[in-house]
Amino acid sequence: MKSLSSALSFNDYRRKLINYMMIGLIVLGAFVALAPLFSIFYYVIERGYHNLSWTFFTSLPAPIGESGGGMGNALLGSLKIIGMATLLGVPWGIATGVYLSEYSYGKSSKTLRFVIDLLMGVPSIVIGIFIFTVVVRPMGGFSAYAGAVALAIIMCPIIARSTEEMLKTVPIHYREAGLALGIQRWKVILFILVRGKWGAIMTGVVLGVARISGETAPLLFTSLNNQYWSGSLKDPTSSLPVQIYTYSISPYEEWQMQAWTGALVLIIFVFLINLVIRSFFSNMRDSRD
Amino acid sequence: MKKKDKDFSDKIFYWILKILGYGTMVLLAALVVVLLKVSFPIFEKFGLKFFILNDWNPVTRVFGALPFIYGTVVTSLLAIVIAVPVSIGIALFVTEIANSKIKKILSFLVEMLAAIPSVVYGLWGLFVLVPWLRNSVEPFLGKYLGFIPLFYGAPYGVGVLAAGIILAIMIVPTVSSICREIFYSVPNLFREGALALGATHWEMMKLAVVKSSVSGIFGASILGLGRALGETMAVTMVIGNRPQISPSLFSPAQTLASLIANEYNEASNSSHLAALTAMGLVLLMVSLAVNTFAKIIQKRFQMRTGVGK
Amino acid sequence: MTNLVEVNNLKAWIGEQQILKGISLSVQHNDVLAIIGPSGCGKSTFIRCLNRLHEEIIGARVEGEVKILNENIYGSTVDPVRVRRQIGMVFQKPNPFPSLSIYDNVAIGLKLAGIRRKSALDEVVERSLKQAALWDEVKDKLRMPGTSLSGGQQQRLCIARALAVNPPILLMDEPTSALDPISKAKIETLLQDLKRYVTIIMVTHNMQQASRVSSKTAFFLLGELIEFGPTEQIFTQPKAKLTEDYITGRFG
Repeated sequence: MKSLSSALSFNDYRRKLINYMMIGLIVLGAFVALAPLFSIFYYVIERGYHNLSWTFFTSLPAPIGESGGGMGNALLGSLKIIGMATLLGVPWGIATGVYLSEYSYGKSSKTLRFVIDLLMGVPSIVIGIFIFTVVVRPMGGFSAYAGAVALAIIMCPIIARSTEEMLKTVPIHYREAGLALGIQRWKVILFILVRGKWGAIMTGVVLGVARISGETAPLLFTSLNNQYWSGSLKDPTSSLPVQIYTYSISPYEEWQMQAWTGALVLIIFVFLINLVIRSFFSNMRDSRD
Repeated sequence: MKKKDKDFSDKIFYWILKILGYGTMVLLAALVVVLLKVSFPIFEKFGLKFFILNDWNPVTRVFGALPFIYGTVVTSLLAIVIAVPVSIGIALFVTEIANSKIKKILSFLVEMLAAIPSVVYGLWGLFVLVPWLRNSVEPFLGKYLGFIPLFYGAPYGVGVLAAGIILAIMIVPTVSSICREIFYSVPNLFREGALALGATHWEMMKLAVVKSSVSGIFGASILGLGRALGETMAVTMVIGNRPQISPSLFSPAQTLASLIANEYNEASNSSHLAALTAMGLVLLMVSLAVNTFAKIIQKRFQMRTGVGK
Repeated sequence: MTNLVEVNNLKAWIGEQQILKGISLSVQHNDVLAIIGPSGCGKSTFIRCLNRLHEEIIGARVEGEVKILNENIYGSTVDPVRVRRQIGMVFQKPNPFPSLSIYDNVAIGLKLAGIRRKSALDEVVERSLKQAALWDEVKDKLRMPGTSLSGGQQQRLCIARALAVNPPILLMDEPTSALDPISKAKIETLLQDLKRYVTIIMVTHNMQQASRVSSKTAFFLLGELIEFGPTEQIFTQPKAKLTEDYITGRFG
């Protein structure tokens, strides 16, 4: 037997070299994959901050050729659409999640869960077409309502699955303890289970809201866009993502710069939500353990 | 025991939840039915020729889906080809190489990548990625590899390559996070076994971790493919929107989703609208099929190994 | 003397598997009935049939008759929620509701039944916690989460929670098996006190506990009632050979 300290053969060197090369490649690959993240941050901040001012949040877009102006109408529109989508999608999603976790079992529950996963995978533009057909056309025009319904449909399955996951972590004997007290099942579910997991369920809800706040495709032909303040929820309504899209593909440099500022605002919003939720959630975990 | 009027509140609550829960099922069915109904005239007129016709002219009312199907498939495949190795690398880095601090930071950054809205990717793609491809990457590739049809032609910047790269960036979080879960679920016994045989770190990762997860990785790739096929905004902004079939990665193209985004609002007549809806239906059915397929693979993987999510 | 609980030919299933094969016994006021038997003999299922909790399991089925104060709780017009309000239950693992305070854990049964008056709730919380011998330990921290207590305290909190609705019957499913010896002893002492307010039916796999605490004992084996009688008689001169084997530790 060769002694452990005997010289390495050529083959051993080759294997060692390959080892270091591959590990180097993996590390390099990971950093290359993250390069776009930093690049996006850099450009969104660098190009976006110029126009970031109070007027950006409060005023209408400036006419072509004029600098200044803002996306006040788009921001307000986004708030309206997201708000209504939340009102519709969150109760629906939570109810579906509760049903899956508390009432549904066996084959039918597997089927329902599968359908919800499929719904999550439906391209959002397809949902736009669907809402155009069943809401926009019958209502006679583009509206904030239509956009909100489209976003609610995207939100519902996300929240349903996260709610279900959270409730599934409650051990069965809490349900039994509640029932054994002579409390109706629905009260056990709402006031003991859901209330006990409220923080975690809301985390899922907020992440769902963050997710839909950047959605563009389903709004293109539901709420459309509007260069002015929308008079009512039945009017075409501007939204931040659609406005970013419209401006970025426009030929005017002023508008393109406005698109960067819009992107900055959108990213800050989405990331703030993510960060707050994450720290809240990890705090909650820490205090549990 | 007091006998009072029976309490129906539990029944009412149950039925409300049941109706809302099964509402999702009704919704999915409605999606298919409504799209089928609106696009029916197109299938009536063109039949299966709709899928193989390489012509798109709303004015003469000739509608063929081939160039868009081609564009969708090519950009998505390109995205998979780029994203899967990178995702495996990230997952290996997180599970097998990094210490817990780097692991945390890296996972966080990858999740941030997932949180960036599609339209922001598009904006960045259009004004940062595309000029870079046009001025540096594509001329370079064309100069040295131009004899391969893939890299032939004028460097437009916008086109299949740009769309593929953007899509790859967007699906890396999905694919890598599934790969990560799969690698975590590989029993340590496998790793120790490989190391005990004298394998190097890389050989251990290759033999014990990646080889035992092949079908799981395949499932993750299929899920990534599903996301890439339907992605709209970012692709629309960088693909050049020209319905053509060209072997070159540099040439502009168009996908099903980008076509819908571009033309739906300006549909000139009802058959144009029907044709666009038919594109949406194709997209819907493909996404349902791909996601179902991914689920089946995932399930098989779980059943065989008894691990995984 | 009328029977408080009268069980006639009770059978229970989960799916295809029959867990109880026709149990009949009766319990009088202020009895402490201990149910003993090897694990898997159906003792937990039996007490879960007494408050109609068994049927909440998917695929579970019950046949037979359980009369409480001469009324069959499996009658077609009886609402299980009302049955459970008459019967308290304490589980194997202490399970105070997470995210509820000590006070709310005790009061929740009444609160969710619609009682809102603060003075009434205060009174019940104090009375129940005193009955559960926990009042002195927690009276200054009633707003703290119930899960902040130690294991033994949590179990006494669960007893207080069950007592709050003032049930004539208290079911206990191995209430001390998850506790340390000191907490175990405290709960056993507590049970001696509780006899005065409620009739207790408890499952235990601990024969010393059964002989110390109970006035009657039922021995279950494979879903059947092998022997039922005064505790003293069961432990000193069992009639059935199987009972004797079990009590002397020859199996189980």
